[in-house]
Amino acid sequence: MQLTDSQRRYWRKNLVLTAALLLIWAVVTFGVSYFARALSFRFFGWPFSFWMGAQGALLVYCLIIGVYAWYMNHLDVKHGVADLADDGDH
Amino acid sequence: MAGFFGSREGERLSKQQFKAQLNQVYCWYTVGLVLFVAVLAGLERLGMPRLWIGSTFLMATIGLYAGIGIMSRTTDAAEYYVAGRRVPAVYNGMATGADWMSAASFIGLAGTLYLTGYSGLAFIMGWTGGYCLVALVLAPYLRKFGQFTIPDFLGERYGGSLPRFIGVIAAILCSFTYLVAQIYGVGLITSYLTGIAFELGIFLGLGGILVCSFLGGMRAVTWTQVAQYIILVVAYLIPVIWLSAKQTGVPVPQLVYGYQLEKVTAKEKQLANDPGEQQVRALFRQRSEALANKIEDPAASLTADRLDASRKMEELKSGNASVAQVSAAARALAAMPRNEAAAVRSWSAAKATADIKSQPLNGMPPHAAQFSGDPDGTPKEKVLYDTSRRNFLALVFCLMVGTAALPHILMRYYTVPSVREARQSVTWSLFFICLLYFTAPALAVLVKYEIFTVLVGMPFDHLPAWVNTWSRVDPSLLSVTDVNKDNILQLNEMTVGGDVIVLLTPELAGLPYVISALVAAGGLAAALSTADGLLLTIANALGHDLYYKMIDPNASTVSRVTVSKILLLVVALTAAYVAAQKPADILFLVSAAFSFAAASFFPALSLGIFWKRATGIAAVLGMMAGLGVTSFYMLTTQPWLREAFGVTSPIQLWWGIEPISAGLFGVPVGFAVIVLVSLVTRPPPQKACDLVDHVRYPDLKSL
Repeated sequence: MQLTDSQRRYWRKNLVLTAALLLIWAVVTFGVSYFARALSFRFFGWPFSFWMGAQGALLVYCLIIGVYAWYMNHLDVKHGVADLADDGDH
Repeated sequence: MAGFFGSREGERLSKQQFKAQLNQVYCWYTVGLVLFVAVLAGLERLGMPRLWIGSTFLMATIGLYAGIGIMSRTTDAAEYYVAGRRVPAVYNGMATGADWMSAASFIGLAGTLYLTGYSGLAFIMGWTGGYCLVALVLAPYLRKFGQFTIPDFLGERYGGSLPRFIGVIAAILCSFTYLVAQIYGVGLITSYLTGIAFELGIFLGLGGILVCSFLGGMRAVTWTQVAQYIILVVAYLIPVIWLSAKQTGVPVPQLVYGYQLEKVTAKEKQLANDPGEQQVRALFRQRSEALANKIEDPAASLTADRLDASRKMEELKSGNASVAQVSAAARALAAMPRNEAAAVRSWSAAKATADIKSQPLNGMPPHAAQFSGDPDGTPKEKVLYDTSRRNFLALVFCLMVGTAALPHILMRYYTVPSVREARQSVTWSLFFICLLYFTAPALAVLVKYEIFTVLVGMPFDHLPAWVNTWSRVDPSLLSVTDVNKDNILQLNEMTVGGDVIVLLTPELAGLPYVISALVAAGGLAAALSTADGLLLTIANALGHDLYYKMIDPNASTVSRVTVSKILLLVVALTAAYVAAQKPADILFLVSAAFSFAAASFFPALSLGIFWKRATGIAAVLGMMAGLGVTSFYMLTTQPWLREAFGVTSPIQLWWGIEPISAGLFGVPVGFAVIVLVSLVTRPPPQKACDLVDHVRYPDLKSL
């Protein structure tokens, strides 16, 4: 099938966004854990890396997924690829 | 209630109406749940026995799940396999939460955190971060593809029956071990609540599972899982909030447990140097040395032991000892190991326990210490530090990628109405899962604080009643012995099993038994909801993929659903039979399921969506290679599996990675094989490329 320029741009934007968010995911997960011993400064009572593992990372994950959902749904509309079945009842 | 689940007098409701109706139903349901607990609490004050409360909880919840199942019975294929694709994003999020949170999450996770401190956070991060991969790499695309199962996607994308068939095998392999573990959990909880036999508990719980999935498939399971999610989250939060208010005056444990952690850390330092503790540890060290001497010369020690026991027996008989004393001595004599091999085995086990108990803090690492060993210490400590850090990262990786490849989770995203809602639904899923995962580490710290500061140092005759109650249920869950005879409880005189921590919390917080029963019902909900999802995954892989797509493509929808239902029964009974055998090392098997799922599905699924050049042959070889490497590593390194398969070669760990994280090697191998083989085989046909385009753009209709 032939893709239009708009569709190609849509897919490229999607890839860039996905890569960027996965990079954040990797840094928060593996970066912080790797340097856990060094990041032990006090943070509201927790050692910082303990807090990251127990709560901080989870918050970042929620944000990553939320931002992705919001941005992609917005991008669908902008590039005219939104699923039309969404509005009606079928 | 007749208008439940999307139709009223035969008309289908619009989306808004449907959602409004669901909100109403589940609001009333939650109010009903609170009233139910309140009424039972009142009855308890009036003197209702515990067993009755437990049984009422069990019957009421299983009855409720069965009722939802009967109300949503169906024979329609779309309804049976994917709930008619009309589940709103929020409710699918709740259902995914329940589907995802197994007995291990509900009961085992906080216990693991209690016992291992920071290392346990690998499970918290791994089991939540995996959803980033689900959201960004798989869910929206699989929803756009919009068939019924995960092997479906592999079959369509890679062409031919072979990729589909391997998908079916891998799906069953991951899901079945997991299912056995859930049913095992159901048996434990039902027997705890009502005091019936474990095997009977399994079949009682199984009835609750089957009425649901058998009658209504995914449609019934979805609405039941939402109900189960509400029960399990309420049950998990109440005791922790209470405990937090009791200890700190703030009823938000997630915010304040950092300060409790500081107190725990201070107390740990004090306990390590406490004279009473040191005395107990020294006694355990002596015990371990004595056992080591016995193991040196088993034949002589066994004879000496037998002589001692029989002499004691004679003395008691000739003296005026009580009947109880004599029978205890007789039991000790009868329990003597039969031969040298058995003796060495039991002594080695006892020695291992004594060795752990001769370490500070009962062998637990300090709660806030990241990794064991020391990067600036002796060479040995450096190696220990590096290995433990490597294993932590490897475990996080395996759990994350495994989460993103578990078929029963991915299947849930087929049930939402559109790609847009699939994306939102993953966000909701993680939100609902985080409610519990934010709380588990808090629970572990609060319980530790309670035990370290209140229980430890208490005179033995003042110990609360529940200590003895739990010891009677199972000494491996909780037991205390006054080793140094000072009538004060030292930390090392206490044995706590991880699985008891969550169930203990209400009693530690001083809550009535109703709340303990509610927590057990929450654990039951967690186990049942996961079991439902797994059962459907296995039955649909067999009924839809194997029977309909590969054996009889002309089957009518009714006969397809019927075959799926029959298979569901067979699978459920098989799993119950296996669980009733109480297989060893069940926790390991569950964790292994993650490594298997990661290595078999993730490379093939993600490359299938993001790389048009990936070919069918490559996918087949890649899945086999990933599975093969993972299984090989597990079989050669995991003690229980080695015994089961008769592996005798010496254990060869690669870079010190534990067998639980075998997926760390399987996943890259899977990726590498798919990429390399794709590049040397002919590009996939136009049909496959069109399918990839079809899943990438939400609006493309034609294939």
